[in-house]
Amino acid sequence: MFRNFKIIYRRYAGLYFCICVDVSDNNLAYLEAIHNFVEVLNEYFHNVCELDLVFNFYKVYTVVDEMFLAGEIRETSQTKVLKQLLMLQSLE
Amino acid sequence: MPAPIRLRELIRTIRTARTQAEEREMIQKECAAIRSSFREEDNTYRCRNVAKLLYMHMLGYPAHFGQLECLKLIASQKFTDKRIGYLGAMLLLDERQDVHLLMTNCIKNDLNHSTQFVQGLALCTLGCMGSSEMCRDLAGEVEKLLKTSNSYLRKKAALCAVHVIRKVPELMEMFLPATKNLLNEKNHGVLHTSVVLLTEMCERSPDMLAHFRKNEKLVPQLVRILKNLIMSGYSPEHDVSGISDPFLQVRILRLLRILGRNDDDSSEAMNDILAQVATNTETSKNVGNAILYETVLTIMDIKSESGLRVLAINILGRFLLNNDKNIRYVALTSLLKTVQTDHNAVQRHRSTIVDCLKDLDVSIKRRAMELSFALVNGNNIRGMMKELLYFLDSCEPEFKADCASGIFLAAEKYAPSKRWHIDTIMRVLTTAGSYVRDDAVPNLIQLITNSVEMHAYTVQRLYKAILGDYSQQPLVQVAAWCIGEYGDLLVSGQCEEEEPIQVTEDEVLDILESVLISNMSTSVTRGYALTAIMKLSTRFTCTVNRIKKVVSIYGSSIDVELQQRAVEYNALFKKYDHMAPTAAPTPASVPQISQAPFLLDGLSSQPLFNDITTGIPSITAYSKNGLKIEFTFERSNTNPSVTVITIQASNSTELDMTDFVFQAAVPKTFQLQLLSPSSSIVPAFNTGTITQVIKVLNPQKQQLRMRIKLTYNHKGSAMQDLAEVNNFPPQSWQ
Repeated sequence: MFRNFKIIYRRYAGLYFCICVDVSDNNLAYLEAIHNFVEVLNEYFHNVCELDLVFNFYKVYTVVDEMFLAGEIRETSQTKVLKQLLMLQSLE
Repeated sequence: MPAPIRLRELIRTIRTARTQAEEREMIQKECAAIRSSFREEDNTYRCRNVAKLLYMHMLGYPAHFGQLECLKLIASQKFTDKRIGYLGAMLLLDERQDVHLLMTNCIKNDLNHSTQFVQGLALCTLGCMGSSEMCRDLAGEVEKLLKTSNSYLRKKAALCAVHVIRKVPELMEMFLPATKNLLNEKNHGVLHTSVVLLTEMCERSPDMLAHFRKNEKLVPQLVRILKNLIMSGYSPEHDVSGISDPFLQVRILRLLRILGRNDDDSSEAMNDILAQVATNTETSKNVGNAILYETVLTIMDIKSESGLRVLAINILGRFLLNNDKNIRYVALTSLLKTVQTDHNAVQRHRSTIVDCLKDLDVSIKRRAMELSFALVNGNNIRGMMKELLYFLDSCEPEFKADCASGIFLAAEKYAPSKRWHIDTIMRVLTTAGSYVRDDAVPNLIQLITNSVEMHAYTVQRLYKAILGDYSQQPLVQVAAWCIGEYGDLLVSGQCEEEEPIQVTEDEVLDILESVLISNMSTSVTRGYALTAIMKLSTRFTCTVNRIKKVVSIYGSSIDVELQQRAVEYNALFKKYDHMAPTAAPTPASVPQISQAPFLLDGLSSQPLFNDITTGIPSITAYSKNGLKIEFTFERSNTNPSVTVITIQASNSTELDMTDFVFQAAVPKTFQLQLLSPSSSIVPAFNTGTITQVIKVLNPQKQQLRMRIKLTYNHKGSAMQDLAEVNNFPPQSWQ
């Protein structure tokens, strides 16, 4: 519990991915959301490691924007997200 | 000016810094370089600089000077610039900065841009940090985008609309027409976001909710979609561990929950599908459990039929057996919420819940404890109490206080027998004595006083308990009080419930004295012990001298409380030595002198001195023609010249006496106050009495005399009589 929200986290090796949600939300569903997100990161960076995340933080933000928006889950299909990300990358 | 270093270089250099100071130095140098570069209005490298600035911001350093630069980047035409610019805006700007309003125009233009990605970026930013002014301005654009055919944009627009609604609830109406077609989507992503939008609208406004229920026939649509999801085969795109699009399922269930709350029709429509989901979902992975959990929450909230509720609680029960701690935690939390309404169903899982008390995890233990207390009832009290006492023994200190109070409450409500109740409380006191709350001691004392037949047993057990160890304050306090009250039962060696032990008066005094002397006793405990010793002086016969010695020692104690007591007790000894045997007060009327907060149950609060005078004998003031009037006396504690007389009038004839009026007159040196009588009818055959209180002020302490006049109606005729009362006992006026 944290102020009037709660924090849901999942640990992957040395990294903790934390999500802050309302008290009334479904904990287990957001655990799945975290896992989904990590899998996308993995695909996008090809076996992601911590350094990848540090050096390419703006790309990580892009992934976040693709999957979550306005505080809600936006896209759940990994293939679709990856397609979008590749397209965005080609523009840069 | 040389080209600013690339982002990667910067990151690499910062990571090589070995100390905080080194890192700060590097960052400051770089910040200075960035600032001078900004001043030069260099377009080519602005993007790089802002990216570096963002990195530094993530590390925690101030980066507000980059805000305006972000705006310039957003206005540029290059996609990379825009990308970094919007990212910077989202990270660095929020409602509190005034600069953000300048973005509004840029975003507006970008929302109408030809490239969908740019539009997407703009929607993203707006959805992330749009303030209410921005939202108001741009809501129209968002709504237009909600209707476009591009599903990529529709998704973003839907969530952006959610944000707009959150910020500016009045704009909800605007999005209503667009929502009509939303649920007919095939695209899961759009479907998902539309469900979110609908959820938000329904949560915010009850009107919307009603509208959706009736006009749109939302529920059947949702039910249909959910059914398709479950029934349809494997869909590789949205599959997570074998379940198709669990996120969408969870969302739909949530919306169904909101629609079904307090509404019978909707709830009925949902019953089937909920049952289907509950039974068909696989539970081996977390995903399945997530869906089941959402289903359970929905079933609990809507007006479902009882079979469904039982199903839900069984699912929760199964969760409790799961190995994953998260799932058990979630199950316990929900069971706690439902135990009020579905008590019987939860009872079935009682044994599992009690097992959770032995879990290693603290938060699970706490919830299991709360749930166990909620489940205690008359039937299972013995078994549950055993488990709870065992838990009290082994749990962490932070739980002990709550657990102890919970046990007390439960024992009070459901105790099968007095002996069991007292046993339980004593067990709690011995195991967790120091954590018990302060009000437990007086409550316990009251309980003991009320169970008259258990006095001997209680005092014996308490005595044995503190023989070994007198460090637990509440236990010692209760024990001291009991020994003081019932010491005579202790030494007489009679006890029905248990083996009586042989205790001499000296041994009892020994233990009380050691409590007094011990360093571990608080001053409250010492007070109890001293008073107990004092009380024993009237119960014990051979050791009165020893008691007097002990009490007088404390007459010079440093502790003011103890000193006051000791001095007063001493004075009592001296003054009433000759009366001690006859004036032995009955146990229930021995009051405490001090104003200690633990003033005991319903005992009179008269000071000790006047206790002796409660033995003033009562007199019959008048007895004629079947009417008898008795006077009983009390002396006031606040004013020694006031005597309070209570008259009781009774009638031994066969007919009632009605309109009974009692009047009294006293000599001039006295003052009289007559309070109102309890009634004016004296019932026949001594079946009842009239009570009236008279207060007499006797400042000169003269012999009390009174003339009384009685008027009443009896056997149809009015009667009147005068009499003088002279036989007042000396104690009533001296």
